[in-house]
Amino acid sequence: MPLWLFIFLAALAIIGAAGVVLQRHPVHSLLSLVMTLVVIAVLFIGLGAATVGFLQMIVYAGAIMVLFLFVIWLLNLQSQPLEPGHLALKFLGSLGSAALIAELLLFVVHPPPAITQNRAVAMDFGSIGRLAQSLFTDYLIAFEATSVLLLVGVIGGVALARRTTAGGGGAPGGTP
Amino acid sequence: MAPPSYYMILSAVLFCIGVSGVLLRRNVLIIFMSIELMLNAVNLAFVSLSRAWGSVDGQSIVFFVMTVAAAEAAVGLGIILATFRNRATVNADEINLMRW
Amino acid sequence: MQQLADSLIAQGMFGANPPRDLIYALFIFVFSLIVFLGIAFPFAGIVSWVERRVWARMQSRCGPNRVGPNGFLQWLADGLKHICKEDLIPADSDPALFKFAPYLVILAFTLPWAVMPFSSQLILADLNVGILYMTSVTALTVVGVLMAGWASNDKWSLIGGIRSAAQIVSYEIPAGLSIFPAVLMAGTLSMQGIIKAQGWAPWTWFAFSNPFTFIAANVLYISALAEGNRTPFDLPEAESELVAGFATEYSGMRYLFFFAAEWGNLFIIGAIITTLFLGGWQFPLISNNAVVMNVLQLITFNIKVLFLVFISVWVRGTLPRVRIDQLMSLCWKYLVPISFVDLVGTAAWIAIWPSGNSVAPWIMLALFLAIVVTFLRRVLHYFRRSKMELYLSPTI
Repeated sequence: MPLWLFIFLAALAIIGAAGVVLQRHPVHSLLSLVMTLVVIAVLFIGLGAATVGFLQMIVYAGAIMVLFLFVIWLLNLQSQPLEPGHLALKFLGSLGSAALIAELLLFVVHPPPAITQNRAVAMDFGSIGRLAQSLFTDYLIAFEATSVLLLVGVIGGVALARRTTAGGGGAPGGTP
Repeated sequence: MAPPSYYMILSAVLFCIGVSGVLLRRNVLIIFMSIELMLNAVNLAFVSLSRAWGSVDGQSIVFFVMTVAAAEAAVGLGIILATFRNRATVNADEINLMRW
Repeated sequence: MQQLADSLIAQGMFGANPPRDLIYALFIFVFSLIVFLGIAFPFAGIVSWVERRVWARMQSRCGPNRVGPNGFLQWLADGLKHICKEDLIPADSDPALFKFAPYLVILAFTLPWAVMPFSSQLILADLNVGILYMTSVTALTVVGVLMAGWASNDKWSLIGGIRSAAQIVSYEIPAGLSIFPAVLMAGTLSMQGIIKAQGWAPWTWFAFSNPFTFIAANVLYISALAEGNRTPFDLPEAESELVAGFATEYSGMRYLFFFAAEWGNLFIIGAIITTLFLGGWQFPLISNNAVVMNVLQLITFNIKVLFLVFISVWVRGTLPRVRIDQLMSLCWKYLVPISFVDLVGTAAWIAIWPSGNSVAPWIMLALFLAIVVTFLRRVLHYFRRSKMELYLSPTI
């Protein structure tokens, strides 16, 4: 990816990320988040990880975002001012953020020498075949564990979102 | 060509913004979105390092992170819904029954 | 596309030492313009005319027949009318999102054309994750539709947007799962790779290669109709309940964008199914001339796609709209389990007959023909009692 394109995409991603934190309305925050995630997917594709990039677009822009929107609408959240919050928490937060930014600056000044250059990769780098080879050999147990995790997630989502109080019996689940 | 360290810096910036979102906002949903943002910042670091080392392992990890994020979204939003039904609020400061 | 550019550079069309990247970019730009302005948008318009004519004929009406020969230019007139109309933005809406939403929908409609395999060489980019690309960029439609529904600040729009999102997200699962039987058979995600794994004859198409892929093709078609908000699944814009669904508050060009995307999506639906299951552009090798072969392949591909488009128009003219609970139970209780069985069944089939079963395609083809013949026998009654000259003269 040429440098100018990277800088453009990085600027978009940072604007979107800042929007998540600064926007007043939850829907606007969410749409900023979607913009950031799509830009990150484009960065993935630019880095040769095409499969992961397109999966990211399907999973985030297609599914998780819709879940969030449904919840925002279900709760009927409106625009709200930025909350005052606790002073102590803000102080701790600023300290933590300052530490992170200091670490970041250190990284900018002295980037580790091992990763100043990209290695040459084969044509099929990031193709679904290579990814599957890695997933089904080196990470097989993790992969199976993930499938169990997803099952637990589905059951947990249904159990949590079900209306247990008196009411019209079959309640809609939290997941579409 | 943008060198890998640039991607690492972008990923760190996005992560910092996510952290500040968790610390500054009190709306549970926005905190949740910031967590997704942090997960994605880490994903970006993984993919750029996977490209830098020429190995697919980083992409496999990203795959796992995405599945975990999906499961987390389903359960987390379920919890938010259940909490809202009982307490009618999404403000993290008012959900303090289990605080010490 | 790169080959064509390379051959032109080799012939010295751009001077002795041309800037390669710039020429590639120019090629991509010019061909994208040709595909979008010359194929995608006119196609969407012409389908709107075809649909109204066919639909009218099915309901014993005339349909639009005033502008141009047989009303053929009706779509241009409609387009011009919409461009000239005032662009209303409701006072209580969220103006930025309201304005931006149609562009997102039209973006999600134009992006899939980049991997559309018109013939063995007419393709903008043969990505090695082509079909995954197609599903992922069409997922952006959801964002646009939800944005439109919410930003209008209107009950009908919001309900339409929510219905549309629930429908698209749900039906993406059977659609995604039904793509994979064909991918398993071909062993690749690239559009051209999948087509090259099939032959020109119907018994070499994936749709007929085993019972599971046959069902998968049908499930994919049904889910694709639902994803494209087509009748019988057009709940998001159910006129009798929701005015125009998520597009209620829109007018002028922005309204046109939504409907251009909807009609144009018919071509994309047809192209996906043609590519995956119906042999794509495959045509018997009757000439060594590349141009002749490409033209024949282009015609083959388009005939298959337009036939599927016609079926969806036919379905729209025939079937009533389903209810939202019927829609959801059809997806989650029937299509999702069926597509899981298809996926596992296809994998088992490949494990048992790695090089393909030679008898099964003939049986499946015979079964398909039997279905067609049964259908024709059942409608014969209506053919006998109708005025044949009306069917033989396609225009009034």
